[in-house]
Amino acid sequence: MATKVFRSHILMCAGTACVSCGTFKVRARLEKELKDRGLDEEVKVVITGCNGFCAEGPIAVVYPEGIFYGHLKPEYMAEIVQEHILKGRPVPKYFYKEPVKKVAIPRMKDIPFFGLQVLRVLRNRGLINPESIEEYIAKDGYVALHKALTQMTPEQIIAEMKESGLRGRGGAGFPTGDKWEESRKYNRFPKYVICNGDEGDPGAFMDRSVLEADPHAVLEGMAICARSIDSHEGYLYIRAEYPLAIKRVTMAIEQGRNLGVLGKDIFGTGFDFDAYVYPGAGAFVCGESTALMYSLEGKRGMPRAKPPRSAEAGLWGMPTVLNNVETFANVPQILINGAKWFNSLGTEKSKGTKVFSLAGSVNNIGLVEVPMGISMRSIVFDIGEGIKGGKKFKAAQLGGPSGGFVPEHLLDTPVDYDSLEATGAIMGSGGIVICDEATCMVDSARFFTAFCVDESCGKCVPCRIGLSVMLTKLENIVGGKGQEGDVEFLDDLGRHIGRMSHCGLGQSAPNPVLSTIRHFRQEYDEHIRDKHCRSLVCTPLIRFEVKEEKCKMCGLCMKACPSKAVTWEKKKPAQINKDLCTKCKSCIRACRFWAIE
Amino acid sequence: MAKLSIEDLKKIKESVQASVTLREGGYRAKVNIHMGTCGIASGARQLMTAVMDEIQKRDVKDVIVTTSGCAGLCSREPMITVELLGDPPVKYVDLNADKMREIFAEHVLGGKPVEKYALAVGSETTF
Repeated sequence: MATKVFRSHILMCAGTACVSCGTFKVRARLEKELKDRGLDEEVKVVITGCNGFCAEGPIAVVYPEGIFYGHLKPEYMAEIVQEHILKGRPVPKYFYKEPVKKVAIPRMKDIPFFGLQVLRVLRNRGLINPESIEEYIAKDGYVALHKALTQMTPEQIIAEMKESGLRGRGGAGFPTGDKWEESRKYNRFPKYVICNGDEGDPGAFMDRSVLEADPHAVLEGMAICARSIDSHEGYLYIRAEYPLAIKRVTMAIEQGRNLGVLGKDIFGTGFDFDAYVYPGAGAFVCGESTALMYSLEGKRGMPRAKPPRSAEAGLWGMPTVLNNVETFANVPQILINGAKWFNSLGTEKSKGTKVFSLAGSVNNIGLVEVPMGISMRSIVFDIGEGIKGGKKFKAAQLGGPSGGFVPEHLLDTPVDYDSLEATGAIMGSGGIVICDEATCMVDSARFFTAFCVDESCGKCVPCRIGLSVMLTKLENIVGGKGQEGDVEFLDDLGRHIGRMSHCGLGQSAPNPVLSTIRHFRQEYDEHIRDKHCRSLVCTPLIRFEVKEEKCKMCGLCMKACPSKAVTWEKKKPAQINKDLCTKCKSCIRACRFWAIE
Repeated sequence: MAKLSIEDLKKIKESVQASVTLREGGYRAKVNIHMGTCGIASGARQLMTAVMDEIQKRDVKDVIVTTSGCAGLCSREPMITVELLGDPPVKYVDLNADKMREIFAEHVLGGKPVEKYALAVGSETTF
């Protein structure tokens, strides 16, 4: 059975980010241009999952050369097809350009963003069509499941997982092998396997991308887990805001059943396993394992006290293994290549690689996979290629509303579970948001606290009431009504909430406040004592006055002002009429010299 | 339906192997067809069709086909350059579909350059 051969493949990223930038319009035009030139029999256009370099979307990579085109528009396609596809002359003006020197880099593998990554979980991203089980199989898909079913006992699988040192990628970092072993101990059936795809952190999109780019790897990981604990039923709890991920996983399950790698009597071994998708209804707290299981049961998503752990009494009160998407995606490769291969990368206590979503004020926004132990600095400045618009780095926010801020002087911290925790941040599920000098740390802490107040399920007092009190204090501070002692109060209350809350949400919710107090205390003091926000974010603290010594008299502020409050003449500093000013901050955004305060 | 076996997995893998080779760079030989205006006008597209047909027919998985612009010798088009990994590239001139098939069999698959159609050896590489 020979499939049709094409001389060239054009791989177009169809992750959510690229699709929203117009991938499908570009594809339609590309296919038309190919057809018009009679090239559609020679060149194949393949839709892939997230390529990772979301900042450059829509993206196409042309093989066999491996030429990377970014920021595509439908009207570019005629030129690319005519010049590159037909005549073999890649078109430099659409290449990726390095942000500092603006040098064009044609080949994907030479772009630093890609060159410094180690792809394991994301090994198939942008390389296979996620909607084709055959392409997954071409990359050794389902070989690990076959091995797990025919050559390994459940005990051997668990031993291999323990030796690999894989820790839960959802954030807490619980050793995966230990979790499976615990669950295997209980002789109550049926048991369940759950994949947690309720990625709720603002700025995080790792799980979405894995599910979109390589859904079969997650299914295979779940099936292997099921074999090791003797379960026959799995659920993927995916948040409803990820329609593309849900579609691809549903499609993958269907294909798996048709081919016989899911369902009854897999590979003729007598082992049954089937998986189902459950779209989550969008509550942040449902990322917590016990709340997720209640939600799956159709109940209100609220955490319960542990123990008993889910491994003993989880879904419907039965032994359940719940792992994160990325954790499951790691499993097949560990079985194929062995635990030693896996733990050869990483640090003493954190093995393998970690996927991060890099967002915020960094040049290269996207999805990156790096070995554990790499420094934060390397992620921000080598892979991320520095801060947008030549601004200064202020902090990296890790772990979303449960995480903390890593300041400049701690940037050389190696990325692993324990080192990050020592800085007051956490590994979390892998969202990194980069903050530049125009980010106010107090306001960011307020933002994350407000998020947690909204998302608190309300079951326990410290989280429900304590966080609201913290938010009120923070709103006072950013509103210019802060008082001496507020910071000490926040610090004290935050620690109490952390210690006394019921579940992970409440325990970690004060982290953004605690870590900004720890590393950026000065900004709090400036807000409270000097009524000054150095980043010019907190509007009530801005005087909207032009500093004449800093003003370069360029007039940009006048042009930006929508309410004509700025007056300016050539060679004279601008002036702001406070009666007309609506404090919209357009002038501050327009000014390049920090001359308005 | 008979149960899926590991052999079935291997078969599926082989059937899509060519796609993967193309994207990962694990190829052994490269046929570069010169597709400048001069090349296209003198029939480079027939060469392309012929070579793709051969690859398909013979189920070859480790050969890639690329295009390039005019090589500067417009009077001798259609031209191709054949590069076997590790060997110097060979340029062929004044081709047609039949000659293309012959070169594919003798040189690309057999490893022996077809001297009667060759212009030069080792002039330039495109790797």
